[in-house]
Formats: sequence, C-alpha cells, structure tokens
Amino acid sequence: MVEPSMLQEYLLRLGDNGLILAQRLAEWSGKAPALEEDMALANVALDLLGQARLWLAYAAEIEGPDASEDTLAYLRDAPAFRNLLLVEQANGNYAETMARQFYFDVWHKLLLSGLARSHDERIAGIAAKAVKEVAYHGERSAGWVIRLGAGTALSHQRMQAAIDDLWPYTGEMFTADALDQALIAAGIACDPAALHAPWLEKVGATLDAAGLTLPAAKWMQSGGKQGRHSERLGYILAEMQFLPRAYPGAAW
Amino acid sequence: MPEWPLWEVFIRSQHGLAHKHVGSLHASDAAMAMQAARNLYTRRAEGVSIWVVETGRIHASSPDDKEILFEPANDKPYRHPTFFPMPDGVKNL
Amino acid sequence: MYAQLVDTGETRVRGAEEMSAEEQAFQSRLDAGVKIEPRDWMPDPYRRTLVRQISQHAHSEVVGMLPEGNWITRAPSLKRKAILLAKVQDEGGHGMYLYSAAETLGASRDQMLDDLVAGRAKYSSIFNYPTLTWADIGAIGWLVDGAAIINQIPLCRCSYGPYARAMVRICKEESFHQRQGYDIMLALARGTAAQKAMAQDALNRWWWPAVMMHGPSDEASVHSAQSMQWKIKIHSNDELRQKFIDQTVPQADFLGLTVPDPALKWNEARGHYDIGPIDWDEFYAVIKGNGPCNRDRLKTRAQAWADGAWVREAAAAHAARTAQAAQPDLPQPSATQEP
Repeated sequence: MVEPSMLQEYLLRLGDNGLILAQRLAEWSGKAPALEEDMALANVALDLLGQARLWLAYAAEIEGPDASEDTLAYLRDAPAFRNLLLVEQANGNYAETMARQFYFDVWHKLLLSGLARSHDERIAGIAAKAVKEVAYHGERSAGWVIRLGAGTALSHQRMQAAIDDLWPYTGEMFTADALDQALIAAGIACDPAALHAPWLEKVGATLDAAGLTLPAAKWMQSGGKQGRHSERLGYILAEMQFLPRAYPGAAW
Repeated sequence: MPEWPLWEVFIRSQHGLAHKHVGSLHASDAAMAMQAARNLYTRRAEGVSIWVVETGRIHASSPDDKEILFEPANDKPYRHPTFFPMPDGVKNL
Repeated sequence: MYAQLVDTGETRVRGAEEMSAEEQAFQSRLDAGVKIEPRDWMPDPYRRTLVRQISQHAHSEVVGMLPEGNWITRAPSLKRKAILLAKVQDEGGHGMYLYSAAETLGASRDQMLDDLVAGRAKYSSIFNYPTLTWADIGAIGWLVDGAAIINQIPLCRCSYGPYARAMVRICKEESFHQRQGYDIMLALARGTAAQKAMAQDALNRWWWPAVMMHGPSDEASVHSAQSMQWKIKIHSNDELRQKFIDQTVPQADFLGLTVPDPALKWNEARGHYDIGPIDWDEFYAVIKGNGPCNRDRLKTRAQAWADGAWVREAAAAHAARTAQAAQPDLPQPSATQEP
C-alpha cells in the first residue's frame, strides 16, 4: 500500500536532485572557461530547475494547500532534503563539474526513461518531457569527458582525478531502500538497481574513448536519499534560502 | 594558445523555409559548435534545423568583383517576365 | 548606453572636399542609407571606431552578467531564479552576438577578451556599482536595461550590417529583461514595508548611475559628430537621456517610489522633465577605474579567463588530434603540453 507521504518522499528525491545541481551550475554564471560554456551551463541549469519545479509542485500538492514548490525549496533544512550526495559536491575545476554532470546525466536519462512508463500518469508525463532535455545534457557532458580525458596531459590528469574523486558518490544511485521497493512494487518508481548495468556500460565506453580508467574503488558513500548529507549542503541552503528566511511571509 | 575556430551558424526557422545565416560562434569541434549554436541561437525556439560551417571553409565573392559578377545580368532584361508585355485579354500567362 | 565615450581617432569632422574619392563614395552610400557589409571598402577610422564601439558594447554585456549573476543562487523564489538565470544567459548571448559582429571587421575575440581582462578596454560604467539587495536586480532590469534599450533600438538602423542585425536580435530579447525588472519592483512595491523600503533604496542608488549611462552631453564632442556622420550613432546622448527620464519617471510614480532628484519637475513648455545637475565627477571617476566594483569585476573576469585556459587548450588539442586521425596527411598537432 502506497501512502501519499511515501509518494511525496519519492518526488522530493527527484526534485531535490535537479534543484541542488541547478544551484551548483548557477554558481558558474559569468565564470565559465568560454562564453559558449557559460551559455551551455545555464541551459542545463534551466532544464534541471524547470524539472525540479514540476516534481516539487507535485510533492507540494500532496502535502496540502499551504505547501508550494517554494515552501519546499526554501523552508526545509538540510536533513529534509533528499538529493543524492553527488549533486551537492563542489564545482571544483571544470573537469570536476563535468565528471559530476556526466555521472549524473547518464543515470538521470536511464531513470527518466524508466519513469516515463510509471503507472502514475503525472510522473510519467514529467519524465517523458524531461528525458529529451536530459539526453542533450548527457551528450554534452560525455563530450567534455572525452575532450578533457584525451586533451592535454594536464587535462587528462585533472579529468582522471575528478572521475576517481566523485566515484564513491555514484553507488547510492543504484541502491533501493524500503521506500523504493514499495513504490517499485506499485509500478510507480523505477528500480534503481536495474539501471546499474546500462550505466556502467555507457560510463565505461565513454571513459574508454577518453583514455581514462574506470575507478576500481569499491567503497561507496550513501545517505543523501535518506537526508544524511555532506557538510556542503548546509552552505548551499544558507545561500539559497536566506531571503525568504530573512523576510518571513513576504511574497516576491 | 590558438583561438577556437570560428563557425557560421545557419538556422531553418520552420519547415519549408531555407536555412538563413544568423551569426557565428567559437567551438573547438563540430559537436561543440552544434551544441553551442543550439544554446545561442535557438533559446526561444527559433529553429527546426541547424547548420554549422567552419568560417574558413566558406568561399565568398569579393565586393571588388561585383561588376564582373553581377553587371552582365543587368543587360539581360529579357530574363524577366515583365520584359514581355501581353495584350489585354490574354489570360493565364 | 553600453558604449560610452567612443574615441573615433578623429580630431574634427572633415568636409567632402577633404575626402578621397573612395571616402566620398563611402559617405554617399551611408547618406543614401545603404548598409556597409564586412568585405566592403571602408575608411580605417570607421573600422577602428566600430571595433571599439561594438567590443565595448560586448564587454558591457559580459561584465554585466556578474552583478546580476551573483543573485541567481539567492533568488527568493524558484520562478525568479529561473527567470534571472535565463536573463543572465541572454546577456552572455548578447555579448556573443556583438563579439561576432566585431569579428567581421577583423578583430579576434580572444584578443578583445584579453584587452578586457588586462584593463585596456572600456565597458559601461553602470556595471561597476554593487548589487546589494534583491531589489537591485529589479532596478537593473527596469532602469539599466530600460536605458540600454533606448540606445539600442536606433542602432538597429546603424550603417554597419552585422552590427545592425545583432542589435535587432538583441532588442527582441531585451524587452523581456526590462519587464522582468519592473515586475520585481512591482512585487516589492506591493509587498511589506521592508520590501518597499528595499525597492526605494535600490532606486536611490541606481537612478543617477542609470541617468549617466548615456554619457556626458555630447553637443561639443567631435567623436559624436563623426559617429553620427558615419551613422553608427543615431541620437545625441542628451536626447537619449531625456527620452529615458521622460518614460521612466511615470513608471516610478506608478510604483509609488520617489525619484531621488529634488529638482525633478515636469516642464510644460518643453514637454519634458527637467532634472537637477548630474555629478559628472562621479562618472569620470568610475570610467577611470575608481567605481566601487571596477577591480572586483575585472578580477573576476580575469580569473575566469585564466582558470579556463587549460580547458580551452585541451579542447583545441583534442580537436587537432581527431582531425589528424581522420586525415593523417595533415600537419601533426602540437604535442600535449605541460602547464
């Protein structure tokens, strides 16, 4: 039996990923390595933010008339956020930003393709729209993994370091907890474990083309989906939420 | 460091129309040029198809050759239908 | 106006009798309203002035991303965040359209960007003021983009084809910018007392810098006269400024905000607003690099440009190697470089 609160929790997982990653990408505004990249990062951020708003608006409707996409985004503290640890990691250098994006994009596309067949029509509709945007994101980030991996000695070294450093945050994308299991059984959610093989195949092929090595490390960090985050999320929220918190009740 | 090459961008704004030059951008390769063209020139759904061409690959006529290239056509007015006045009453011509 | 004090390199406007035959033919084309295209003959000072004006304009768009960009992560609602992100992205796009136009005159974009970060190029004085509160984002859209549009619409008819075409594209997109700014101000003016105070404070700080955007009175400026003869400047600075003031004051009234000029008064006889004296000392100080944010803005751009060098280099190296693999008879790409 799927309680509304369980569906809401699942929607927060979907929405918070896009929201936090868009927030990270927006930090690049005006500072990207080339003007063309500034435009591209903003496009990806806009797509992710747009998707996040759709997921959060749905989650807010389940919560009740006093909730909205904004109350969910601006008035929850870090432990109530349900995003993956991967998306809250720092931008770092461009290799790190692109490696984070690449890991996420490959997974995101697989996830949304699965959700497009959800028995929940609203979820299926949002996923079907989002998957087209995300296909473009994945092409772009894979392109950069290859350019930097097979670029200069310096870029190769930086891209390999980024691929290695972010690897431990990829594990929780594929583990299903009790909530996932219940929603999978109801035909609402997509089974994350089933995404692992195709994800690994795509990631492996891209790293291969880039002359990069697939990390061998086995230990994976986890907890984002359950609200146990890294220290970084608190700072992201402090910046993102300050206005609505400093002026309670104001409309903008 | 050499600059990323310049690319010219052509957009087909809707089916049935020809691609039209809209501007240029810099990209290290064709895939990046295509993505950048999409980001830069179709932010408001302005297109259904994009061409990108490396600027250096375009051969353009020189303004100095304007007379050689285009003036000869000026003394061939018979190429235009208005050269042939038709008597009143002749239809469908 | 995003290009202020453009030096034409001329000391006076020359009459027809002092021009060469080529220059006379060029001027009569301009006078007849014929557009100049990249490969057409043009006098060197026309080319140099255009490169200077268009690149200043482009730099203004790109530097202009910074004061607003630093509020994207702090926008107070997800809707405002998306709108601001799209707006700042547009500014980058406008910079790129303009650099494109300057490149048709033989300028290199990397060179122009180098000139910017080395402090050799000018950009609009307005972007050297800080964005301290969310209301500043509203004020920039409303006042700064408003002032810019007044300058840019006539430039859609300027004599240089690629510049005119870039301006057409920019103007189409820019009116969204001004409206989103006014929409922010409306929400604040209709909000709590604290929000209204925030809006008034932003108007107090941005009004005079916006009024200065069109540059000093240019009745006596030889550069303006020359640029007008070349049809790359269409109206005088004072005409543009008056138009901006006349259309903006009623908008401030509608918001219930007070324009910070005790001398501001409708002049029935002229059919225009009269304003108090403009502090041109402040304007020249900002232009010379002493505005509150000149150093920060340039430092941020310089840092981004330097930090991105290895990325641009890697992409170029990868492209060269791929091209070489496809056509082995091409010259060898340079070996991978250490930093």
